[in-house]
Amino acid sequence: MKFGILVNEGPYQHQASDTAFNFTKAALDKGHEIIRVFFYHDGVNNGTRLTTPPQDDRNLVNQWSELAKEHELDLVVCVAAAQRRGIVDEDEAKRHGKSADNIAEGFHISGLGQLIEMGIKADRVMAFGD
Amino acid sequence: MGNGVKKFMYVNRRAPYGTIYALEGLEVVLIGAAFDQEVCMVFVDDGVFQLKKGQDTAESNMKNFSPTYRALGDYDVNKLYVEKESLEQRGMSEDDLLELTYEDEDDDYKEKPSIRIVNREELADLMEQQDVILNY
Repeated sequence: MKFGILVNEGPYQHQASDTAFNFTKAALDKGHEIIRVFFYHDGVNNGTRLTTPPQDDRNLVNQWSELAKEHELDLVVCVAAAQRRGIVDEDEAKRHGKSADNIAEGFHISGLGQLIEMGIKADRVMAFGD
Repeated sequence: MGNGVKKFMYVNRRAPYGTIYALEGLEVVLIGAAFDQEVCMVFVDDGVFQLKKGQDTAESNMKNFSPTYRALGDYDVNKLYVEKESLEQRGMSEDDLLELTYEDEDDDYKEKPSIRIVNREELADLMEQQDVILNY
C-alpha cells in the first residue's frame, strides 16, 4: 500500500512524532511504500538539526534523517508553517536575511501543495497529532 | 483510484483563536482548491466558533482571519457542513454564523448559501464517503 504520512505536532512535547516515526518504519519494514512524510503545524519542529535532547533520550530528528537516508524518504516541511516557527534552509535564510539555516539532513522545505498531492497519490493518508 | 478526482474533507474542531490549527487549516483548504478535487469542510465541536459573525480580535492582538471564509466560495469551496449538535451545545444557531455564499455556475450563477446544517448522523455518513480526511 502507498501511505502518505502527516505529522502535525512537534517532537518531545507530543508523542505524535514518535508514533508517526514508528508507523513509518513499521510500514517500510512490511514492504509498504511511504510516498512522503509531510510536516505541518508544530510538526515542522521535527526538521531542525539544532535539536539537542539529553544523551540518554532518543534523538527524533536524527532518527528521521537516518530513516530518510536508508529508504530515500521524501521528508517535506511546510514552508509557511516553518517560517512562522523559525525553520529555514539555506535559500530561505538568504531570502529573509537570516544569519543561519537550521534544516536537518534529509528534510526539505516546500509548499502545502505537496500535502494535497500526497493525498491524491496515496492510497491512504495517516495523520498524527491531536 | 488512479487519476480520478478524490473527495477531500477538512474537519475543523477547534476555536479560531487560542491555537493556530484553525488558521493553518484554512491555509490548506485555500491551497488545496487549486487541485480541482471534490472538497468540503466540516465544523464540529468548538470549530463552529470559527464561523461566528462579528469576530473582533482587536484587543487580543490576534489576526482576525474570519473574512477569509468569505473568499471560499470564489475558490469553489462551497460545501461547509456545520454540525447541529455542536451549535446547540454552545447555545448557537445558524443566525449566529457568517452568511457565506457562492455562485452556482450550473444554475445561472445564482447566489446560494455555502453553509449547510447537518446532524451528527448525517455527518457520519458524509465522512464515510470521503477519500482523504484532514482534521484540525
